[in-house]
Amino acid sequence: MTTWPARTRPTVTLRPYAATTARILRQLRNDHRTVGMILVVPAVLMSLLYFIYAEAPADPRGPALFDRVGISMLGILPFLVMFLVTAIAMQRERSSGTLERLLTTPLSKLDLIGGYGTAFSVAAAGQAVVACLVSFGLLDLQAAGNPGWVVLIAVVDAICGVALGLLASAFARTEFQAVQFMPLVVGPQIFLCGLLVPRDQLPRWLEIISNVLPLSYAVDALEQVSTHAEPTGRMARDLLIVAAFAIVALVLGAATLRRRSA
Amino acid sequence: MTHRPAAPSPPAASDSAVEVRDLVVRRGKRDVLHGISLTVPRGSITGLLGPSGCGKTTLMRCVVGTQLVRSGWVRVLGLDAGSRELRRRIGYVTQAPSIYPDISVHDNVAYFGALSGCSRDDVAEAIEAVGLREHARQRGDELSGGQRTRASLACALVAGPDLLVLDEPTVGLDPVLRVELWKRFRELAAAGATLLVSSHVMDEAEYCDRLLLMREGRLLAQLSPDELRARTGEDNLERAFLTLITTGPRS
Repeated sequence: MTTWPARTRPTVTLRPYAATTARILRQLRNDHRTVGMILVVPAVLMSLLYFIYAEAPADPRGPALFDRVGISMLGILPFLVMFLVTAIAMQRERSSGTLERLLTTPLSKLDLIGGYGTAFSVAAAGQAVVACLVSFGLLDLQAAGNPGWVVLIAVVDAICGVALGLLASAFARTEFQAVQFMPLVVGPQIFLCGLLVPRDQLPRWLEIISNVLPLSYAVDALEQVSTHAEPTGRMARDLLIVAAFAIVALVLGAATLRRRSA
Repeated sequence: MTHRPAAPSPPAASDSAVEVRDLVVRRGKRDVLHGISLTVPRGSITGLLGPSGCGKTTLMRCVVGTQLVRSGWVRVLGLDAGSRELRRRIGYVTQAPSIYPDISVHDNVAYFGALSGCSRDDVAEAIEAVGLREHARQRGDELSGGQRTRASLACALVAGPDLLVLDEPTVGLDPVLRVELWKRFRELAAAGATLLVSSHVMDEAEYCDRLLLMREGRLLAQLSPDELRARTGEDNLERAFLTLITTGPRS
């Protein structure tokens, strides 16, 4: 260290964000089991679903049960998994002291949240692609529209899960608490997203609640792909709403990071 | 009860690296720092000493700008503590080594380096400086406690900070390593950096140019090791500290 005092350096721009994204991806890559589970578990669950409905009598009025439930699940599972993984990863950053340390460096809060969002979105995209390949390729899931749209919706939806997980971690003091946020945040969304009961058949007050939950729009978008050969305006609107939820949650997540604490 | 960043301090013409005036920090219902004032001269090693729980970590958090303070002010390198510009110029090593356990030493140091725009050479240099070159490819969770401490230190050294704030950096290290690390601190100070190093072991006071002696959230004295000996008539610094406590601080 012969160059004291501090060297003059070029203005740092995207490098902290890129370095943070790379660091989180590297952490993920070093954890082979987690990578394996992120990629494989939703696909395995889709296969399970396939066999559950394999011998169920078909409903002559509408799409086969597996097609209806399966396509919704392609939105629900990545959302759920990515919420959980992200909430715990961020909670670990908070409790290990590395967050406090990072907040004394030039790293901006949006760089950090953006890094998490990007890195886990890469994982989410991988997961969604595998789940869709297995569902459409091996399990013969039927949809009127292009499976490419299903992948896109699943990815955006998973990113929304990442964003909500980051936000939820701000309210958890421990990893145990972070896990508890999964049933609290994701549970009602699964119940109300239209999978169990079509949303227009819900009691009015529940329908109003379901209107402000992102998963409702993801599942609705998937149903649009399931029943329409061409992309619909409603699907595009749903997709934008889910993306907007993700952005708002990311910004709120950044706002919960405080450089100074008691 | 108001928690807020320190009030803007009056512009000071002093050349101290750190200047603290009437600093009060309240945590929960009790004050943990009761109106502390002190200065840390540039280009030197200042030891922050006192028993566990006396407020050393809180004071250090005030200096790096992560602590909410109730009143008083803290100026660091001529700027208000916590200023954006300071984040490039301060290196902070928390008491518990804060590195990522699931990536290698090199990747840890390179990451913190990238945040400050460091080059690859800076990274290698920082790892070399803490004697971890042989272990650079090992993951954080494969290191011993002392190696983790040093890896954490390298993550602060990499940016070449003007002020290094080190919270008990030698705790749990074997005596040989401890001496080596203090030698390294001395080299950094000689090159112009300012070091604020906390410890609860008085025998480390010997390595410092100046001492800040704390007890129960108050500053007992700021002086050099020799002045401490002269004032108390004790040769042993541990006993000198005890004498100072019993006779009470002098203004």
